[in-house]
Amino acid sequence: MARLRIDGVSKRYGEVDAIREVTLDVADGEFLVLLGPSGCGKTTTLRVVAGFAEPDAGSVALGGRDITALPPWKRNAGLVFQNYALFPHLTVAENVAFGLEMRKIGAAETARRVGEALQLVRLEHLAQRLPRQLSGGQQQRVALARALVFHPDVLLLDEPLSNLDAKLRQDVRVEIRELQRKLGLTTVMVTHDQEEALTMADRLVVMQDGAVRQVGTQQDLYERPCDRFVASFVGRSTFIEGEIEAPGRFRSRGGLSLACTAAKLGPATLALRPERMLIAAAPPAAVDNNLPGVVEFVSYLGATVDMHVRISARERVVVQIPNRAGDAVPKVGQQVHVAWLAANGIVFAGTASS
Amino acid sequence: MPVDFQCPSAVKVARTWSVAKPRRLGRLALRGAAAVALAYILTPLLFVTWLAFFRQEIPSFPPEGYSLRWFLAIAGNDRFVAGFLLSLELAVIATGIGLLLGLPAALALARSKLALPELASSMLLLPLIVPGIVLGIALYVFQVEAEIASGLPLLGSLGGLIAGHVLIVIPWTVRLVSASLVGLDRSIEEAAQSLGADRWVTFRRVTLPAIRPGVVAAALFSFVSSFGNLEMSLFLVGPGRTTLPIAIIQYLEWKIDPTIAAVSVLQIALIGAAMLVTDRFVRISRMV
Repeated sequence: MARLRIDGVSKRYGEVDAIREVTLDVADGEFLVLLGPSGCGKTTTLRVVAGFAEPDAGSVALGGRDITALPPWKRNAGLVFQNYALFPHLTVAENVAFGLEMRKIGAAETARRVGEALQLVRLEHLAQRLPRQLSGGQQQRVALARALVFHPDVLLLDEPLSNLDAKLRQDVRVEIRELQRKLGLTTVMVTHDQEEALTMADRLVVMQDGAVRQVGTQQDLYERPCDRFVASFVGRSTFIEGEIEAPGRFRSRGGLSLACTAAKLGPATLALRPERMLIAAAPPAAVDNNLPGVVEFVSYLGATVDMHVRISARERVVVQIPNRAGDAVPKVGQQVHVAWLAANGIVFAGTASS
Repeated sequence: MPVDFQCPSAVKVARTWSVAKPRRLGRLALRGAAAVALAYILTPLLFVTWLAFFRQEIPSFPPEGYSLRWFLAIAGNDRFVAGFLLSLELAVIATGIGLLLGLPAALALARSKLALPELASSMLLLPLIVPGIVLGIALYVFQVEAEIASGLPLLGSLGGLIAGHVLIVIPWTVRLVSASLVGLDRSIEEAAQSLGADRWVTFRRVTLPAIRPGVVAAALFSFVSSFGNLEMSLFLVGPGRTTLPIAIIQYLEWKIDPTIAAVSVLQIALIGAAMLVTDRFVRISRMV
């Protein structure tokens, strides 16, 4: 295992910048997740590390060794593909042994390590099967065993769970994470699924349009998103556009005057997390912001309920409330009060339309 | 007349019935057409096979009796034996060389990002479209010119004959290997490389096994098209060098006894056996 450094890497495909000046530092044993919508450059970044995309600028170093110019087969990176990419004509055991065979490891040692790797993913009983005889989840675990068995310096996971059904995905998440911790694997995973990213990562990288937007822990990204994109991609937010008219005072386009923590004057966007807001029939006391509104839409999610409340002619917020026994859930058309603390509003300079 | 909206099930029944009937008719028509086509292909083969066992020398119906004498006559005819051996040698060599050239060509066509492949792949199919006679004359003229220019004995040489046969097998190798490359999942090649296999090992251990059905089918069709080629070979054979189809034509000029039928039966049996053996490895019907 080793530290991975990606330094100022750019890659163009024709006229399109796939990634621009991406710089990332992955510590030894760290689980880093690249998160972003499709086309954001996360997969290109992974392919640069694996050696399948040659960067136009920048460098990649693994364990202190510059690997930018090395072909994929000399990089010692374990790769798990979205579609698993198992060799269809080889058995499970032969698939797993492939990397060891390429490293000219003896038959006895190979057999021992293949057995170990299959045990690790609990598939030792299927060693002689062909990939097509396995379920999706089993194939996924074979792909993982194959990528781990030769002790790679870094494990690269390209949307490894997206082809599994929802229930299985939950289990495999935990499995991969535990295995990664146990073996102390430096890991980079690519995903577009924020829940997957949040549950698995030590640190996350949010990418958009080929550039890194923000790097940080779950808390960093959630509590202190650096821009509107991150605030919308990690967790949910309602955005209210307007301006800071005085330090600590936000005026919305709909004319609401709201308490906030920002001091810098000028156009601004206020982001509100649905679960950081309150809803009440009567105005609650001692809350910074307290607005009357009308419930326009209710979506019942089981554990929680989303209330879409109109607070001005131009603004509507989403408030998430816990669905506790005995609580009366407000109905559409009902008059309510929406309240939140100034500290729970995140202010970004500028507006989307300015 | 009032329309009865109260009974959707009646409408449904009527509809399924009216759909089912043409569908069944269509299936019958399809099967009928297939049967006619199959009979059209098989009838001459069946007659030739029947004829090969007639006892009398002049083919006439009904047969006077049956015998194996015409099969024995082949073994005693040097021209047929030599022709068979030459055709076999030619077909094997041409198939081998065709694969060595066609496989990399198909790979290059599938992998190249340039606009060239469209044109190149059409060019590679040309030998299949150009009539055999035209191909034969063109090659003959070319060999004459080349021999004059270089002074090498090309005309009627074995090398010249092989070159011609390589030309007619290349469309088969390129086409069939290309077809199997289309369905190839490129990520298994990347997986092999990430596991430490360089390009050559990746090709040998992953790509080739994955496209093996296409390669086997290409070899089979190459063999058959070379083994049975007559028109082009006519222009390229030299003195004392006669392929089996040419030996058959030459024999037919003088005699019409059932020896020819017996030779044809052996040819059919050889190609049929090759197809059956191949079919054990790949489903031919899926490839073509």
